[in-house]
Amino acid sequence: MTAKISYDEVEVGTELPAQTFPVSRATLVQYAGASGDFNPIHWNEKFAKEVGLPDVIAHGMFTMASAIRVVTDWAGDPGAVAEYGVRFTKPVVVPNDETGALIEVSAKVAAKLDDDDRTVRVDLVAMSAGQKVLGMSRAVVRLA
Amino acid sequence: MALDQSFVGRTYPPTDPYEVGREKIREFAEAIGDTNPAYTDAEAAKALGHSDVIAPPTFVFAITFKAAGQVIEDPQLGLDYSRVVHGDQKFAYTRPVRAGDRLSVTSTIEAVKTMAGNDIIDIRGEVHDEAGEHVVTAFTKLVSRRAEEA
Repeated sequence: MTAKISYDEVEVGTELPAQTFPVSRATLVQYAGASGDFNPIHWNEKFAKEVGLPDVIAHGMFTMASAIRVVTDWAGDPGAVAEYGVRFTKPVVVPNDETGALIEVSAKVAAKLDDDDRTVRVDLVAMSAGQKVLGMSRAVVRLA
Repeated sequence: MALDQSFVGRTYPPTDPYEVGREKIREFAEAIGDTNPAYTDAEAAKALGHSDVIAPPTFVFAITFKAAGQVIEDPQLGLDYSRVVHGDQKFAYTRPVRAGDRLSVTSTIEAVKTMAGNDIIDIRGEVHDEAGEHVVTAFTKLVSRRAEEA
């Protein structure tokens, strides 16, 4: 595994390049097919509202997959991710229009964990429509 | 309905191997809009030190969650799946999942509790390859919302 970022060149507080990920109803249908998660709350507005949701919501695992891209794009090698965890705090609500929703992800190095293992902890923040959609979102990354 | 506490620590038999296909990885990477060449180009993956294309970090959830179905659908546990939402998810990797892997999942119930009327269950899925080597562990917290909140 060969991360393109060196452990020695990062410090606590180093910010990773932030990214914004658009998500539309079509995105959710495609993700349902690829992941095998066909829960109708992710594609059927009538069903979603019947179970008390404001509208169709994105798969939590789609949001989780999107957020870690900020880390894997930075590290270069996705295999550098040693741990990754999130809490699903709020749903990403996806309206049935051209734009859909946006997932805005920022991240920074929160700790240098192990000088020998060259691991850092990256804390992520994922927002959609002004709300924090992931909590306790952290990755441990092994750098070069 | 309170869940049966005696299920804590219960381990289910390993699942039949799931064979990870290159095109399945590509399909997943396209679905999350991720163009990292390590997912689709074997040469790019090799340049990073991997023997074949690797899967995005969350790819393995489809496999571990299916395995967790043994737990979720166990009628003796009494979980109301129609009320279940995903609370937390964590992965701890020994190495990335890659094309050609034949992965088996062993699911264990780590914790069962009831908080504010919600049933909460923690499931650990240990993923091993065909050689029996550890690949990744998935920690999944599911919350079954109490009926009054319908």
